[in-house]
Amino acid sequence: MLSPQAIEKIDYELTKYPADQRQAAVMSALRIVQTERGWLSKDSISEVAQYLGMPEIAALEVASFYNMYDLSPVGKYKITVCTNISCMLRDSDEIVNHLQTKLGVGFNEVTADGKFCLKEGECMGACGGAPLMTVNNHAMHEFLTPEKVDEILEALK
Amino acid sequence: MTTKMKKLDTMKPVMTDLKGQTLVCLRTLTEENPASLATYIKLGGYSSLKRIVTEKTKATDIITEVKDSVLRGRGGAGFPTGLKWSFMPRYFDGTKYLVCNTDEGEPGTFKDRDIIRYNPHQLIEGMAIAAYTLGAHVGYNYIHGEIWQDYETFEAALHEAKDAGYLGENLFGTNFCFNLYAVHGYGAYICGEETALIESIEGKKGQPRFKPPFPASYGVFGKPTNVNNTESYASIPWIMQHGGAAFAELGVPNSGGTKLFSVSGHVEKPGNYEVKMGMPFSELLEMVGGVWKGRKLKAVIPGGPSTAVLPAATIMSATMDYDGLSKARSSLGAGSLIVMDETTCMVKALHRLSYFFYEESCGQCTPCREGTGWVYRIITRIVNGQGKMEDLDLLTDVSNNISGRTICALGEAAATPVLSFIKHFRPEFEYYIQHGKSMVEPQ
Repeated sequence: MLSPQAIEKIDYELTKYPADQRQAAVMSALRIVQTERGWLSKDSISEVAQYLGMPEIAALEVASFYNMYDLSPVGKYKITVCTNISCMLRDSDEIVNHLQTKLGVGFNEVTADGKFCLKEGECMGACGGAPLMTVNNHAMHEFLTPEKVDEILEALK
Repeated sequence: MTTKMKKLDTMKPVMTDLKGQTLVCLRTLTEENPASLATYIKLGGYSSLKRIVTEKTKATDIITEVKDSVLRGRGGAGFPTGLKWSFMPRYFDGTKYLVCNTDEGEPGTFKDRDIIRYNPHQLIEGMAIAAYTLGAHVGYNYIHGEIWQDYETFEAALHEAKDAGYLGENLFGTNFCFNLYAVHGYGAYICGEETALIESIEGKKGQPRFKPPFPASYGVFGKPTNVNNTESYASIPWIMQHGGAAFAELGVPNSGGTKLFSVSGHVEKPGNYEVKMGMPFSELLEMVGGVWKGRKLKAVIPGGPSTAVLPAATIMSATMDYDGLSKARSSLGAGSLIVMDETTCMVKALHRLSYFFYEESCGQCTPCREGTGWVYRIITRIVNGQGKMEDLDLLTDVSNNISGRTICALGEAAATPVLSFIKHFRPEFEYYIQHGKSMVEPQ
């Protein structure tokens, strides 16, 4: 069951579209539910589809097409590091190596305590601040150095 | 309002040095709280909208002004904005839509982000003027999902504008209504393509549509829709305030106005720089502090990876405008300069770019879905020391067979870096294949 808080937020998104176009809110609705639950299970996706009155398969298509949706658990904090060209030129490799050593996991793995998951991201549209990463999709950290990464991780404990 | 809104007067910009810049789209950057409504109004903001709406300026006059400005689409294609506006049907029984494309996800492109976080009201005013001109009553600004904090900034600005009477019903006591909403992507480069973006607004996976029909006749929810880039809309208030001719004069023939250049990679001061069209690249490079660590320039991708890479000597004599870069056999694209110094291995740079296009191909057209995978795997074997000399011709062949054989421009965008990297840096690729290692990187 979608929480009352999630429904309130989804209803706000629905005000942006014509009344007969509820499916249009699926991008936001999936984002809202994922933010609340950490990731999107098949059940979560079904609940969203039902609430918007759209076929479940259409909601699953959206959830699996866009790469910021997570269809498996990602731990408490999902760290996504951009390794695309502008970040690569500013040594994102060093940041990736540092994170992998520090957390003891590779890409798409979750730490044993379930706290962190590391992902490789595609361009985030903020290349002036390279190298960079996001935490749980919505907090961006730019101009990274290994020391700055340590500070960020420390604050997440 | 159910969501908690961000306070706009607490935004402290990460500034680039404004010396030498000509601020049109980012004109609030000179002020303390650039994003706030009060700041924008202080600089004359919303006065053009008010004048146009209350004086009932004729739509054709506005379109003529925009044509005179020589404003060309800032998202990369460079299509004349005024001409695009004239494609929208004048009379239509039903809702017409206005869409802004703030889904920048091509590597090296981050200019629109600064407009929505530092000068959101100018974009809102530009869209409202466009809506009035084109008879649209509903608009969407589709924002790249990864810049979430900036999405929130823009949404807060929308509420601020609505509360102040610049958006909503019966604006300035007239019958003009315009409701503008922020919507977001969630990690798909392809949604920067206008018809994929429209699909995404409708709550579908972002797979481009066949054109024709073009959005002007069949867009959001099947209704006539005008799609422009953020920087294009944000230029409109200045054009209406100072006149199309004045905007055109800021630039050079065929490239009116200023341009935001996103500079990333091996430079001392990466960031956004708004300068007059036609500025020599060498001057721009100086503004950004030159190549970092005192190193030598090797190559520049001038407009994002879908534009051809240029060797140092070529770009150093080029000017930053549509014709200047087309003369240099590349293009202005979105003005996303990726600067590479002498230590850059071009094979590895292309390897990363080819992975990007492979990952981001939407999978709809076979030449792109399969071709980008082949290209990535061939370059991977070169990087792993297992390349063969005939791979270079094979890469060219595969790329030529993607280009022009797909529904949207991603196919061509994926082919361009492969073709241009091999064309300009072939000896480096040959060396890598012969020796199984990079020519430039320390082993």
